[in-house]
Amino acid sequence: MLELQAVNAYYGSFQALFDISLAVEQGEAVAVIGPNGAGKTTLLRVISGLVRAGDGTLTMEGKNLRTVPPHSIINLGVAHVPENRRLFPRMTVEDNLKIGAFTPSARKQFRERLKFVYELFPILAERCAQFAGTLSGGEQQMCAIARALMSNPKMLLMDEPSAGLAPVIVQQVFELVRQIREKGFTVLIVEQNIQQVLKVVDRAYLLEVGSIKASGSASELLGSEEIRKAYIGV
Amino acid sequence: MFDIYLLETIINGILLGGVLALLALGLNLIFGVIDVVWICYAELVMLGMYAIFFLYVKFGIPLILACLAGIAVVAVVGYLVHFLIISPILGTAPINQLLATGGLLFFLQSFTTLLFGIEFRNIGLRLPVLEVFGIYISFARLLAFCTALIGMIVLYFFLARTYIGTAIRAISQDREVMVLMGVNSRKIYLITSAIGGGLAGLAACLLVLQYDIHPAIGLSFGPITFMICVLGGLGNMLGGFIAAFIFSQIIAIGGFYTEIEWGYVIAFAVFIIMMFIRPQGILGSRS
Repeated sequence: MLELQAVNAYYGSFQALFDISLAVEQGEAVAVIGPNGAGKTTLLRVISGLVRAGDGTLTMEGKNLRTVPPHSIINLGVAHVPENRRLFPRMTVEDNLKIGAFTPSARKQFRERLKFVYELFPILAERCAQFAGTLSGGEQQMCAIARALMSNPKMLLMDEPSAGLAPVIVQQVFELVRQIREKGFTVLIVEQNIQQVLKVVDRAYLLEVGSIKASGSASELLGSEEIRKAYIGV
Repeated sequence: MFDIYLLETIINGILLGGVLALLALGLNLIFGVIDVVWICYAELVMLGMYAIFFLYVKFGIPLILACLAGIAVVAVVGYLVHFLIISPILGTAPINQLLATGGLLFFLQSFTTLLFGIEFRNIGLRLPVLEVFGIYISFARLLAFCTALIGMIVLYFFLARTYIGTAIRAISQDREVMVLMGVNSRKIYLITSAIGGGLAGLAACLLVLQYDIHPAIGLSFGPITFMICVLGGLGNMLGGFIAAFIFSQIIAIGGFYTEIEWGYVIAFAVFIIMMFIRPQGILGSRS
């Protein structure tokens, strides 16, 4: 579904990604794991066009992402749940969801999509008239995911959904990821919380200083001595 | 003791506040969304007044149509201000955009002077003065107040209900993330600029009924509008709305107890004092 080949990305003269090749198949959940500053967020930003790739090929269902303007990438079925959620804090939950359905094709299905996300996250229906900034951390993450789902995407890019949340909420967030998978969405998730994320995805790539250092099934990586020592600390 | 003249003054202050609130709303809308203060905002009103004057007086177009055309003309001017001047320098230091619109202020003033001369013109329409329970109210002011209020209500529903309106509100809270929702920020900026221009055009329709038109007429409203916006909290539309009425009451009541010129002096003094007490404005949160 999503394919990256030999992608390099730069911030000015600083190279953030080196020769990245990865693929996500339809219905899969794939994680990109790695330490802080490895380029995980940059990778997602390159896919959704916030950072333009320097070279390499990026395709979504065969369509070249590099020639599509950033605000049109959502039309190809890629929705990005950004780092730190980035809700509109002084707008109601429902207005936040409405922005998620901004594209012309999503507007037509607004009612159905709203019903869908409210069924998925009933707490949001209760809080629909509340400012998003007043939600708890976990609820905000739900709202951010729901906002992305409003565009009726095929694939969800999730950037550190567990960051900044209390440990007990982190558990719930990974439960959300599992729920979304069950609904049939393809997921590419970036996480520092390696042990947790590997329990809910099929495969993962290990990113270090801008390069992919390892890849494999979730269970392989969980069992890898090297990863356990370096990142899980067991 | 009940003072009917004071009551009349307060009512006139409220009526003046309506138009000022409309102007402040336009300026706040643009600032809130694009983060640029259009110093030349009142000069757009001046252009609108000239447009209405020429269409109505010189070409004999019915006033209501001339007004609608005036709104459209200023909306296009607003669009062009962003397209030609702000957009190319949007990424540079904010002071550049401020200075560019400041330059545009003087450009528009001198260009209209060149085209139309400095003489005062008016549309030659004198609306009646109404008497209600011994209080005299200018019909032009009442009409201006009501129309400004309707304009603001229409804008409120546009911002609250439509997708574009929701995006306009959202973009002022988080600029960068909008692109992830498929929103083309540049397009939203242009639409916002055109709406801001349209509001200046609407203000022109209302002011042309009460004031003579000349190239420097913008200076009668520009500084007050700007100070109202700052007093309410730059970019805060509700704050601007409240501040417009506070300001207009200070002008009216201050003028009532002294002279009308003193009303303005007191209002500007209050503005300066407020900068010491609450520089972020009544409802502002910016530092």
